Amino acid sequence: MQPQPLITVSNLTMAYGSFILQRDLNFTIRQGDIFIIMGDSGCGKSTLLRHMIGLKEPAAGSIHFHDTNFWNASEGQRNQIMRQCGILYQSSALFSSMTLAENVALPLRQNSDLAPNEIAELVSLKLRLVGLAGFDQFYPSEISGGMKKRAALARAIALDPEILFFDEPSAGLDPISASLLDNLILELRDSLNATIIIVTHELASIFAIGNNSIFLDSDSRTMIASGPPQTLLQTTKIHKVKQFLTRGGTLQNPFPISQKPDKETPSHE
Amino acid sequence: MQETYSPKNTVAPGSIGTIDVESIGTDLCLHFSGSWVIGSTFPSFLEIQPLFPGTIKSISFDTTNLLAWDSRFLIILNDISEYAVKNDTTMIAEGLPSGVQRLLVLSSASPEKAPFKPEEKIPSFFETVGNKTTHLIEDCGELLSFTGAVSLSYLRLFSGKAQFLTSDFLYFLEECGPSALPIVSLISVLVGIILAFVGAVQLQLFGAEIYIANLVGLGMTREMGAMMAAIIMAGRTGAAFAAQLGTMQVNEEIDALQTMGIDPVDFLVLPRLSALLIMMPLLALWADLLGIGGGFLIAALTLDISMVEYYNQTINAVVLRHFGVGLFKAIIFGYLVAFSGCLRGMQCGRSASAVGTAATSAVVTAIVLIVVSDAVMTVLFNILKI
Repeated sequence: MQPQPLITVSNLTMAYGSFILQRDLNFTIRQGDIFIIMGDSGCGKSTLLRHMIGLKEPAAGSIHFHDTNFWNASEGQRNQIMRQCGILYQSSALFSSMTLAENVALPLRQNSDLAPNEIAELVSLKLRLVGLAGFDQFYPSEISGGMKKRAALARAIALDPEILFFDEPSAGLDPISASLLDNLILELRDSLNATIIIVTHELASIFAIGNNSIFLDSDSRTMIASGPPQTLLQTTKIHKVKQFLTRGGTLQNPFPISQKPDKETPSHE
Repeated sequence: MQETYSPKNTVAPGSIGTIDVESIGTDLCLHFSGSWVIGSTFPSFLEIQPLFPGTIKSISFDTTNLLAWDSRFLIILNDISEYAVKNDTTMIAEGLPSGVQRLLVLSSASPEKAPFKPEEKIPSFFETVGNKTTHLIEDCGELLSFTGAVSLSYLRLFSGKAQFLTSDFLYFLEECGPSALPIVSLISVLVGIILAFVGAVQLQLFGAEIYIANLVGLGMTREMGAMMAAIIMAGRTGAAFAAQLGTMQVNEEIDALQTMGIDPVDFLVLPRLSALLIMMPLLALWADLLGIGGGFLIAALTLDISMVEYYNQTINAVVLRHFGVGLFKAIIFGYLVAFSGCLRGMQCGRSASAVGTAATSAVVTAIVLIVVSDAVMTVLFNILKI
């Protein structure tokens, strides 16, 4: 039996003023998916993410979380949905005037009635989970880029979210840090039972952790393929998708899956 | 037939590039020799083109005597290639060094698709006026909606729902108050001195030197104290607010706040605005006192007025009402400075240059608003006889 649909995007059109960035996007993200949004540079991947996390209103179409239409919902309902979401921004977006502990504590303080000592314990736990034990009192400027990403991840999982959004998580990371982050994402999916949505064009990550995906095209300004990345690689007839997944044709089967995704979704093109 | 073209002005031996144009029937062979690098002297395509015969079927190259080449050499080859395409002539690249051949292929490969770039045209006068007007109306709209957002935020604060960090508020209190004292002090003393000097020259003509105390006292308390402090704070603190919030915008920190369910206006604008609202009247009061002190220095040094005389004259001239006017203005100015800084910071785009623009714009907006509101208040107080 297929897992429940968690996010349903229907006929979504994204635009900046009169400039249409993407139109007619239709896809479903199911519980437990590691869903990859990929596409060439400038196609609107990050903008799609901003639509899904309530930062930009669609020009047309809808985004449903379970049965709630996000952009038609009341502010209270929207806040409730957003409380179920954790977001890791491309630039980490840690507050530079706060220590890592304060950064992680902020969503806990805002969205819960926990006592300060309970918050402190949770913060310490979250930092330990991402491998940053002992860095509580460091400021973002005092740690490396990879550590910032992990600290931001600790903040994103502060409220044990049901859905985690990642905007280019491995951008600017060395291959070792990037693969550690991939493993961490898999661990979080399994341990928190979270659904994960990742905007990326890092092929290694796409094949290592993604179990479903969509491909946005900047020329036709719509999605031109969807399905599990590994299946797309083997079966796609679309030149651009093939080129993308084989790094311009230079890699034939670049990243054989070492860890098979436990959920397969049928592909469609 | 072979014609040689070499530049007339030779800079140094070894740094000249020459070209021989040899035509055999309708075939053309170009013999390159010497140095074809940036910095050396060689002919341009326009100079050698007249040497070409009327009809050419093919152009070939001989580079046996070519000593050195770089991108500069490719430029002339590109010109020749364009000429060949235009005149339906075959260009035979075999005689060129292999590196040059590869670079030529690379540079002539057309991109898969023309990059999208909006057409740029110089707008007409009326279009410019229209655009500026629309922009101004939009800007006013944003100003009003931000005023609304700030008001709602204060309502939330008073109902205990707004959330910001106390540590942030204390930090901004210090930044807007004690940290600004040295520069405010310096400027205020100097403004007091300037006012006194200007007045002294005129008042001496009438033998009314003692009224220097009235001039400086009223000038500082009603106008200059608050205004100078506000202008300093616009440059110092307003710009800093805009840059801080702008950087947070670039760094996606404001997005992060929003998605955490925290209102960025509550969290970021309230502590800044409140801090400046509290500190601005105090700074203005300090500026008033130091300005009066500066005036006394000039009175004592140039007009032989004693401290007691100056003090008594000031006390008689400046009543509490005048201080009240100055302090009221200071509160308004403080609001305008913090408001402009925060508004421009929150409106900031997502690039480094946008942060610079936001900071500049914050200062300009604040100074314009300060001067305009001061003019309005001065007229109003005059009508109301305050």
